[in-house]
Amino acid sequence: MPIYFLKRVLYVIPITLAVSFFCFSLVHLSPGDPMDAVVSPDAPSEVVAMVQRAYGFDRPLPEQYGRWVVRAVQGDLGLSAANGRAVTAEVFSALKNTLLLAFAASLIGFTLGCVFGTLAGYFQGSLLDRLVTGIAVGGVSVPHYWLGMLLVIIFSVELNWLPSSGAGPGSSSDWNFEWAYLRHLILPAVTLSVIPMGVVTRTIRAMVADILAHEFVEALRAKGMAERQVFRHVVKNVAPTALAVMGLQLGYLLGGSILVETVFSWPGTGLLLNNAIFQRDLPILQGTILVLALFFVMLNLIVDLAQARLDPRIQRG
Amino acid sequence: MSLTLDGGQTAAPVPAAVQGYWGAVFGRLRRDPVALVSGIILLLIVLAAVFAPWLAPANPFQTSMINRLQPIGSSGYPLGSDELGRDVLSRLIHGARLSLLIGVMPVINAFVIGSAIGIVAGFVGGKTNSVIMRVIDVFYAFPAVLLAVALAGALGAGLVNSLLSLTIVFIPPIARVAESVTTQVRSVDYIEAARASGARSLTIIRRHVLGNVLGPIFVYATSLISVSMILASGLSFLGLGARPPMPEWGLMLNTMRDAIYVNPWVAVLPGMMIFTVSICFNMLSDGLRSAMDVKL
Repeated sequence: MPIYFLKRVLYVIPITLAVSFFCFSLVHLSPGDPMDAVVSPDAPSEVVAMVQRAYGFDRPLPEQYGRWVVRAVQGDLGLSAANGRAVTAEVFSALKNTLLLAFAASLIGFTLGCVFGTLAGYFQGSLLDRLVTGIAVGGVSVPHYWLGMLLVIIFSVELNWLPSSGAGPGSSSDWNFEWAYLRHLILPAVTLSVIPMGVVTRTIRAMVADILAHEFVEALRAKGMAERQVFRHVVKNVAPTALAVMGLQLGYLLGGSILVETVFSWPGTGLLLNNAIFQRDLPILQGTILVLALFFVMLNLIVDLAQARLDPRIQRG
Repeated sequence: MSLTLDGGQTAAPVPAAVQGYWGAVFGRLRRDPVALVSGIILLLIVLAAVFAPWLAPANPFQTSMINRLQPIGSSGYPLGSDELGRDVLSRLIHGARLSLLIGVMPVINAFVIGSAIGIVAGFVGGKTNSVIMRVIDVFYAFPAVLLAVALAGALGAGLVNSLLSLTIVFIPPIARVAESVTTQVRSVDYIEAARASGARSLTIIRRHVLGNVLGPIFVYATSLISVSMILASGLSFLGLGARPPMPEWGLMLNTMRDAIYVNPWVAVLPGMMIFTVSICFNMLSDGLRSAMDVKL
């Protein structure tokens, strides 16, 4: 049994290296000199050379990659090309806000998804099933940046109930569990929650319907088991896959929040990334993507391990 | 992932007049009301895109400083005007061209490239398969939206780069499905028989594998179009795709964002279009999946 777990954990090492290589290459994929954002191309050549040395751009590429990885392991992702601040600090302070948004959105999306999916799976073909399936398809088909605009129009512009942008009153980015801050979270979280809601509903509906069609359910009912107990067996069968899907969805939200963060000016990694792209701030771009991707890799690992624990068949497969 | 290869013989009976596998699939699709309606709506939008210059009431680039941000139903502007006084209806019709192109093209590209990679990996098997699939795995370390934005951001804004980054985003999932489907087909008896009779690998792939795997891969690819539409317009919305003054739905949504305080219901129209196309593609893909009896 521990062999599966060990193999799965060790597999993270090559993936992490590959991910770091990809993030490093991103900078060299981009047209133009990464130096352009730091110093004007018209600057005297001595100045350019000096800055180049300071940033390490004068070294051969493999050496640059090696140095970058060694520093990254120590938690140093370099300096922002736009404002000279430490990338690590910038990314992690933004990550805090993105995590908050992603968790809030998952809470809404997973709760609705589980309830909807179970109901639709149990009452297949009913009006309720069709209604829920429709909502779920809408959830996965809606351009969420547009849904965000729609919610802003309804709840901010027309009704004036909720704020349309920012993470809290004023420009402070320190978050508190107070209504003044919570009301800023509502619209972006609801907007972001429709995707996991749709995906989880569809997955659970299909799985519940599939399990209910099995003979063992018939057998349980035939031996006189109460419907509540039968439901417990259904849940036990659905849980491993459902949890895996939800774990991945949480990961997708971390990366996928960029559009929603832009709509609501939510000070998370998405907004940071967006600004970095337009300021050609490549160290920030590189650092943000690396941190998000590693987060996603770890999440994948946790999901796989949890799924294997819940469903021993996976370890044998 | 399981897959039935019985060509849908277990599904609804097929009218005698319809001949052949694709005829049967189409016959079943036609009797699925949701898929039918979605297909018709998509067809109308495609026709509008093709005949845009004749259908659009006005020039989509014609600005007018005095007629900015007109509401829906004003004279000369049936769906209002945008922040530069351009006719929104005409821009929506013309926008269909670019929006559909940048939404559908990446999936078509990825379908061709991803299928090729996956079929070769699945058919050859062994070490080659492992190497190819491990490389594909790396891309799974990035959530799709992040990967698209990262690539488009690094390559620089522009239509070609946004097409390129979305193609790269969709190759790994398609390759994975193609690999898993091909691996299942590979060990089937008639492939063994073809191999025993001395057929070359390429011949086996062309004559015996493709016909069995392309259907399921195609169905899977169609399910990605909806996401691709949302992401492609999303990249334009972020300013990474289409450039002003091109009419494109995502870009229109972005440039009219400030208008939500003046003219909210005009500003949301481009998003309405993206939503409509995206949901229709999803419904059609779901219909196609059950009509072809593919389980992925």
